[in-house]
Amino acid sequence: MTNALVLPVLIPLLTAIVLTFFRNSFILQRTLSFIATASSAGIGVYLLLRIQSEGILRLDFGGWEPPYGILFVGDSFALLLVTAAATVTSIILLYAFSTIGEAFEKMYVYPFMLFLLAGVNGSFLTGDVFNLFVCFEVMLLASYALLILGGRKVQLVEAFTYITINVLASWFFLLAIAYLYGATGTLNMAQLAERVAENGQGPVLTIISLIFLLVFSLKAGLLLYFWLPGSYSAPPAAIAALFGALLTKVGIYALIRMFTLVFHHSPEITQSIIGIMAALTLIGGSIGALSSSNVRQIIAYNVVIAVGFILVGLAAGNEVALQGSIYYVLHDMVAKAMLFLAGGLMISLTGKAKIGEVSGLIRNYPTLGWLFFIVMLSLTGIPPFSGFIGKVLLGEGLIEAETYVLLTLAFLSSLFVLYSLLRIFLNCFMGEAIIGSEEQVVLKKRTLIPIVMLGVLTLAIGVGADVIAPFVNDAASTLSNPQTYIEAVLDKESLLKQ
Amino acid sequence: MKINDVILRTVTKIVVFIILTFGVELFISGHNDPGGGFSGGLVLASALLLLYMTYDIETVHKGIPFDFKKIAGLGVFLAVASSAVPMLFSNQFLNQAKGEFALPVFGATELSMVLLFEAGVALTVVGVVVTILLTISEDVS
Repeated sequence: MTNALVLPVLIPLLTAIVLTFFRNSFILQRTLSFIATASSAGIGVYLLLRIQSEGILRLDFGGWEPPYGILFVGDSFALLLVTAAATVTSIILLYAFSTIGEAFEKMYVYPFMLFLLAGVNGSFLTGDVFNLFVCFEVMLLASYALLILGGRKVQLVEAFTYITINVLASWFFLLAIAYLYGATGTLNMAQLAERVAENGQGPVLTIISLIFLLVFSLKAGLLLYFWLPGSYSAPPAAIAALFGALLTKVGIYALIRMFTLVFHHSPEITQSIIGIMAALTLIGGSIGALSSSNVRQIIAYNVVIAVGFILVGLAAGNEVALQGSIYYVLHDMVAKAMLFLAGGLMISLTGKAKIGEVSGLIRNYPTLGWLFFIVMLSLTGIPPFSGFIGKVLLGEGLIEAETYVLLTLAFLSSLFVLYSLLRIFLNCFMGEAIIGSEEQVVLKKRTLIPIVMLGVLTLAIGVGADVIAPFVNDAASTLSNPQTYIEAVLDKESLLKQ
Repeated sequence: MKINDVILRTVTKIVVFIILTFGVELFISGHNDPGGGFSGGLVLASALLLLYMTYDIETVHKGIPFDFKKIAGLGVFLAVASSAVPMLFSNQFLNQAKGEFALPVFGATELSMVLLFEAGVALTVVGVVVTILLTISEDVS
């Protein structure tokens, strides 16, 4: 029993509720929301350290023991993601403080961001499939509100698609849960895993697993990403960065969790379908990123490529590939937030979102230009930045699994990422300066600092890969040995049986 | 032409109290019998709705001068905060305590922490339902 496990959800949730009563005191809103996210990150680190010495932690709500009650389960994978999500959110909040504007602050933008974080953290931590659905909904409701905040026409158009798709996906999610309950008689993830392992994953369960695959692919943007570029390029930079860094990662987490813990018994069907979907995502995302000349769209398509890249590791399914995927998820949260912020800042400074409309920005804003350069290198996977280690491990895993087509596609996609971002860099930052020093918009230091922090973070993850390695290895070994997870959750049960 | 709604007004004056009592009954029996904060809250909200329909919004607001958005917020706060209280006594999150109390009128009564949580749920439901209905009605006029 560890009550600390609920804090990464409880703190943002309670703070958000309290803040709705203080609509007009911006100072209080800013301070409290930053404290809430930063302390969630701190608790994430604390729990991560405890897991290394005590094994997987769990918290049975209200003292109802599994499989009867709902519980939170903290393993290294979940806590790594919780820590990363909370850290990135607090940095994005810092950026929002100086850019988002009074109109948004009055319309509860910070409480909504906190609700989003609470939903995301809840999805990472929960050990119950229905609770996962609930946490998904908390996150999605907050994201609907954030997407339409401001009420510009393009936002409303994109929100309509986004909400329709997600309501449909949620309906399928509920359907899949009902089928799963009908087939196995439980929704506790550990007990599900145990029962599926005991009775075998027959055709019925495989079909149910494919419905789950459909649902999570819609949320993660795996192949079914048609809604993503539009809705991620509509809101302001700070909100888009939050979406790009967190939302798809929850879908990815759910996919990895379900298909390594519960539905891993017929890899020839599920694993290969995931592989094909990931390959198509990589191809489609690359084409999208190259074909668009709108900076926002290019950045949004980069999210799609990363989703494909991470799930290639799940398709390979061995421990090294999973390690690579976990590294890459962590890296991608930081780097995508940085990319969205840097790109968004560029657009808000110049007022232009098309390649070719501005050039030579590096003379006006040298720091911003080099930060964009850094995030480009990081996303391509050039050492010493954080993308490198994930790509290497993923490559190793793919060679071990002898999936050479996926390997080729994954690494070709890195080139397309480089090319698509280099196009922005060369066209917008390099070249002749067309904005004179008198007419340029002043860039405040405190707007730039959050992006610098993310840059430092991506460098730190790359250089300090050794420090994170034990956590990532533990996470990957738990994922590839689901028995560890099952025993940690159901240990009292098995004692009673003996 | 003004509609003659004497019967509606007269009936409402009595029926609202019956509905409110039933709502409270549902809410209190919640943790042992069918009912609870959600259904209780819906019934309470329906009483308010009946008032809003019989009289106009301004008249009801004079009698019940609450911002229902705030009530919904208060409800969520109560529900979440009351679930967090057991953590202070090193019990699990959402753990519920209960005890027997000798109350002056009711005699020996069993009171449970669930009641606080359910009160939060009920307030949220009342707040949200009334807010939604008021927003829709503003839209039309």
